[in-house]
Amino acid sequence: MNIWWLMAVCGVITFAIRYSFIAAEGHFQPPGWFRRLLPFVPVAALTALTVPELLLMQGELVLGSGNSRLWAGLVAIVAAAVWRNTLLTIGVGFLAFFLLQRL
Amino acid sequence: MNSAEAFSLGLRSVLPILVGVAPFGVIYGVVALQSGIPALAAMAMSAIVFAGSAQFLLAQLVGAGAPFLLAAGAVGLVNLRHALYSASVAPILAHLPRRWKILLAYLLTDEAYAAAIPHILVVAPNSSRPANAHWILFGSGCGLWAGWQLATLAGVLIGAQLPSDLGLDFALPLTFIAIVVPMIGSRALLLAALTAGAVAVALAALPYKTGLLIAVLAGLVAGAAMPGKRK
Repeated sequence: MNIWWLMAVCGVITFAIRYSFIAAEGHFQPPGWFRRLLPFVPVAALTALTVPELLLMQGELVLGSGNSRLWAGLVAIVAAAVWRNTLLTIGVGFLAFFLLQRL
Repeated sequence: MNSAEAFSLGLRSVLPILVGVAPFGVIYGVVALQSGIPALAAMAMSAIVFAGSAQFLLAQLVGAGAPFLLAAGAVGLVNLRHALYSASVAPILAHLPRRWKILLAYLLTDEAYAAAIPHILVVAPNSSRPANAHWILFGSGCGLWAGWQLATLAGVLIGAQLPSDLGLDFALPLTFIAIVVPMIGSRALLLAALTAGAVAVALAALPYKTGLLIAVLAGLVAGAAMPGKRK
């Protein structure tokens, strides 16, 4: 397999996905129900990316004290809700993660 | 807000996010080299594909010797959620010339989109008068692009010397938490988040992250179906 060809094809596919609705805007009118879904896109997408990282270890659901990422993630969620500051949330989350791993 | 101010706002909005994205880029560089991808190609992939989780997947598939079409199809599936970002920003870019649309589509990633969108909603609450909202998106996109290229370079050059048990990959989930939690300003948004998260966990075993896309769609439907006042 030629890695360069593969990267080129993947680059084109990725760009086409990102360009799709931007290019079509004005040429077709998405239905109203579709427009009503869009305000939820950032929250739904980032949460779907994040929650499995907190709850799953090697594909298995781990809710106990052995899952440092889950508990550190919950600490980070509280920190984010209280301070609404990106750097502080990352810092507090990592601190909790390291402390939990060394308990 | 003039264009320079909007660009600066977008750039500043993505800077704290780079703290979480940089370790992810470094780890990508390491994984790519371990998969047998040459350093130059690993670097170039960050510019050509420019999509974090898809680049990880592609590196792993190349390392596992996956067929060409399967690898390309998997990358398409993983990135399909970007079509929703495209739909989300399309109205505020409608008036722009094509070169702007192409540039901003290329720069449209999870992080740059999420960093810019709260500011875009403030500057251009009505998409028929988008002001300079596209400059915010351009600013966050440029910041993320530069940070991602530098992080990849660092990963390719020095990443293999880093201890692997630091848990640096945890930086990205923490960053997404920092972005998402302050965004949840209504019960409908909370329901969208909880639904998307729960479905993503339930369907995590599906191949090529197809569960991720289903989870996002489930979150959108749950949020929109929530009864209550609309903005």
